[in-house]
Amino acid sequence: MNLARRYIRDRIVLAGIVLASLVVLVPLLIVIWYVISQGVSALNVDFFTRDLGSPTRAQLGQPTGLAQAILGTVFIDVTALLLALPVGIGAGIMMAEYREHPLNGLVRTLNDTMNGMPAILKGMLIFAIVVKPSGTFSGFAGALALFVVMLPIIARATEGALTMVPWSIREAGLALGLPRWRVILATVIPVARPGLVTGALIAFARAAGEAAPLLLTSLGNNFLPRNPWNPLEYLTRAADTLPQRIYSLAVSPYRDWHAMGWAAGIVLIGLVIVVFFIGRLLTRRRE
Amino acid sequence: MTDLPAQERIRLETRKLSVDYGNNRGVRDVSLEFKDRRVTALIGPSGCGKTTFLRALNRMHDLNRNARVTGSAHLDGADIYAPGVDPVLIRRRIGMVFQKPTPFPTMSIFDNVVAGLKLVGIRDRSRLDEVAERSLRQAALWDEVSDRLGSPAARLSGGQQQRLSIARALAVEPDVLLMDEPTSSLDPQSTKRIEDLLQVLKNDVTIIIVTHNMQQAARISDVTAFFLNGDVIEAGSTDLMFTNPQDSRTEEYVTGRFG
Repeated sequence: MNLARRYIRDRIVLAGIVLASLVVLVPLLIVIWYVISQGVSALNVDFFTRDLGSPTRAQLGQPTGLAQAILGTVFIDVTALLLALPVGIGAGIMMAEYREHPLNGLVRTLNDTMNGMPAILKGMLIFAIVVKPSGTFSGFAGALALFVVMLPIIARATEGALTMVPWSIREAGLALGLPRWRVILATVIPVARPGLVTGALIAFARAAGEAAPLLLTSLGNNFLPRNPWNPLEYLTRAADTLPQRIYSLAVSPYRDWHAMGWAAGIVLIGLVIVVFFIGRLLTRRRE
Repeated sequence: MTDLPAQERIRLETRKLSVDYGNNRGVRDVSLEFKDRRVTALIGPSGCGKTTFLRALNRMHDLNRNARVTGSAHLDGADIYAPGVDPVLIRRRIGMVFQKPTPFPTMSIFDNVVAGLKLVGIRDRSRLDEVAERSLRQAALWDEVSDRLGSPAARLSGGQQQRLSIARALAVEPDVLLMDEPTSSLDPQSTKRIEDLLQVLKNDVTIIIVTHNMQQAARISDVTAFFLNGDVIEAGSTDLMFTNPQDSRTEEYVTGRFG
């Protein structure tokens, strides 16, 4: 093999890599461009400050918006994340750190099964064990469904991040006479923190886009509660979320609502981007 | 220099200690005594079981499902493998320094040194300051880091990180310090500093050091034990081991004819 041929091979492979990267990016850009072009006309101040109300509002040109869905998404998704983080990280610690524990294999199998389970089944599960007995759809039931969506993702990401931490750090901690749980919390988790945050972000983004489990649990709601800043008002009764609202708007027979659905898509993408940005700030190493 | 005659007390002792990995036997029926405030060197070719044996002395094999330890090891007369003995408490008294420096990467120099104290709930700032300074001085690192205790430990050089690991082990005031080839990844200058350090440290702690380097064993240890294929072939005063070994295999090894 002479140098010229190696050079050409290198170029061909590089061209292939660039092409593959573009193939990954293009659909994303098309989606973003299409959502923005379809929805931007419906974006205005009212969209963020008013609730949806009845279809006649849009038809008569009265102020209408999706404030109830935006706030509902924030409160329900954050509640789900707060529930899923400790449990998911705990399960991840079990999978990564306690490999000799008798429950390890069971937790791993259940986690993989749960990760592969369609989200709508998780909605049906919460419908059966929470919505039906409590007699009402509620934001809290929605948060529980999203909790089940987030859980396996966080657990897997935690396991992966902990496994990346060199074993020598654990031994160094144990050799100081620290109990194992201390070693994990004080020396292993801090090293794995960027990986844990990334896992939480991916879980959050994934759950933020789920409509199916929410249709069966939080149902949807066209109106803002009396006190729009009180999370309990969303968690205790049927509440709106963006993905489920996008679905309802899309299947509605009103042209104005279709545009609002696209606009809701813009807001949802923006929300996920903001959350990722905050996550990156959290993992930036202080130098 | 005053020589302490009281050094004949036995601090740590193994009786027919064996470690098996699955079906492979790592070390076989090792019975050794480690006298108080002496440096004992464990030498032998790669794979002879010296590190495996060292790790059995503070129950580091506990986390390895495949490792099985039999026989006994006695710290001040009490078997550390007896039922009901908490390995955490054993490791508080028998510290360990590893082959590669192991600073906790997210912690500052100060937090690294006092990690063993802070994480068991000692919060008294003046006490922590005091311990940090004492330990760093003992590890001959104080002069180099005293003006930047708050900066990340990961930024220190390899030799400094290893001395930091030693300072951290000393901060909890162990009775015994196990060292697994602590200078093998260091340059000659850092190695010399750590060897000098051991000569001072042995006034306070019993040191057991694994080394590949026979000159190092000869320089720093009072007693040497020679391992081969999981057996202790010979153990005794370092002077005798290197000048007049009893076993021909020991002689071949220390004179560099194999290993």
